Amino acid sequence: MKTLLIIPAYNEELSIGGVIDDIRAHLPEADILVIDDGSADATGKTAKSLGVTVITLPFNLGIGAAMQTGYHYADMNGYDIAVQFDGDGQHRANQLRDLLKPVENGEADISVGSRFLNKGSYEAEVARLIGIRILSRSISLLVGQKITDPSSGFRAVNRKVIRFFSHFYPDDYPEPESLVLLHKTGLRIAEVPVLMEKRLIGTSSITLMRGFYYMIKVLLAIMIDMIKEVPRR
Amino acid sequence: MDLILVMATMGNILIFVSVIELIRRNRLKEKYSLLWLFSSLVMLWFSVSRKTLHYVSGLIGIQYPPSLIFLLAFFFLVVINIHFSTVISRLSDRSKTLSQEVAILREMLERDKGVKE
Repeated sequence: MKTLLIIPAYNEELSIGGVIDDIRAHLPEADILVIDDGSADATGKTAKSLGVTVITLPFNLGIGAAMQTGYHYADMNGYDIAVQFDGDGQHRANQLRDLLKPVENGEADISVGSRFLNKGSYEAEVARLIGIRILSRSISLLVGQKITDPSSGFRAVNRKVIRFFSHFYPDDYPEPESLVLLHKTGLRIAEVPVLMEKRLIGTSSITLMRGFYYMIKVLLAIMIDMIKEVPRR
Repeated sequence: MDLILVMATMGNILIFVSVIELIRRNRLKEKYSLLWLFSSLVMLWFSVSRKTLHYVSGLIGIQYPPSLIFLLAFFFLVVINIHFSTVISRLSDRSKTLSQEVAILREMLERDKGVKE
């Protein structure tokens, strides 16, 4: 199956090379597309020098619009599967085969890598964990199935979802919001246990208050998504 | 005629004429001026016609009729602002789509050039 790895990157010149090498080592048959989201550093140049396709956005559009650009490209070029893989080194390519399996086998339309399906595999501050817990409970309730890691950006999708996302993708909190939107459209979501690296640069910039504020904003966005008109597939 | 109503009349004529002048000089699109023209005309009517002002004020229980003009102005400003918010949302949506398309096209163009060289 024709698979595209979409790497959204904003000022990731230090990590982008390692990420590309990691993917090539574990999934050599996949194409790699870097979306340079208006980086001020050499992210795009570095990626280009490694021979991957690079789409450079004229200015910083944010993660949602950057990913949508990738889905649009995947749709135009007839890819069967698209994978979101972060450019900061958080995601591990050796987890890719597990992530792809449910989508390749046709068991799900989207497969999300979860840090929390295997207990104790991911450590974080308590406040952060509580926030994620409240969020995942709320989203589980809304989509009628257990979701343990709604903010995970490590995900694989099939053609149906590629087409849907290329027309309609949330800007503000795309990871949790897109789950709600996909559920509303009647697409099947699967979670797969994965291991992730802890964020290496900019450790825990999320303070207690900011984390709480983030959670409230995501909950509001999701409620709005529930009443939103979604274009039919 | 009360002084306040004279002032309101003059103010509304000023708004109406300014909007027309902006349209004439192509500084304002007709599409975005209709709400301004409509609201200034309605308020002008209420400022000039004492009968209408007092009648409607009486209907909704306003003791001091000229304050109905303030109420109307407030209402129209809210409506115009919400309208502008929808216009801004549509514009930002379009500029996002445009930048995405430009980026994809530029990549295709560069790849094409690379093949030829």
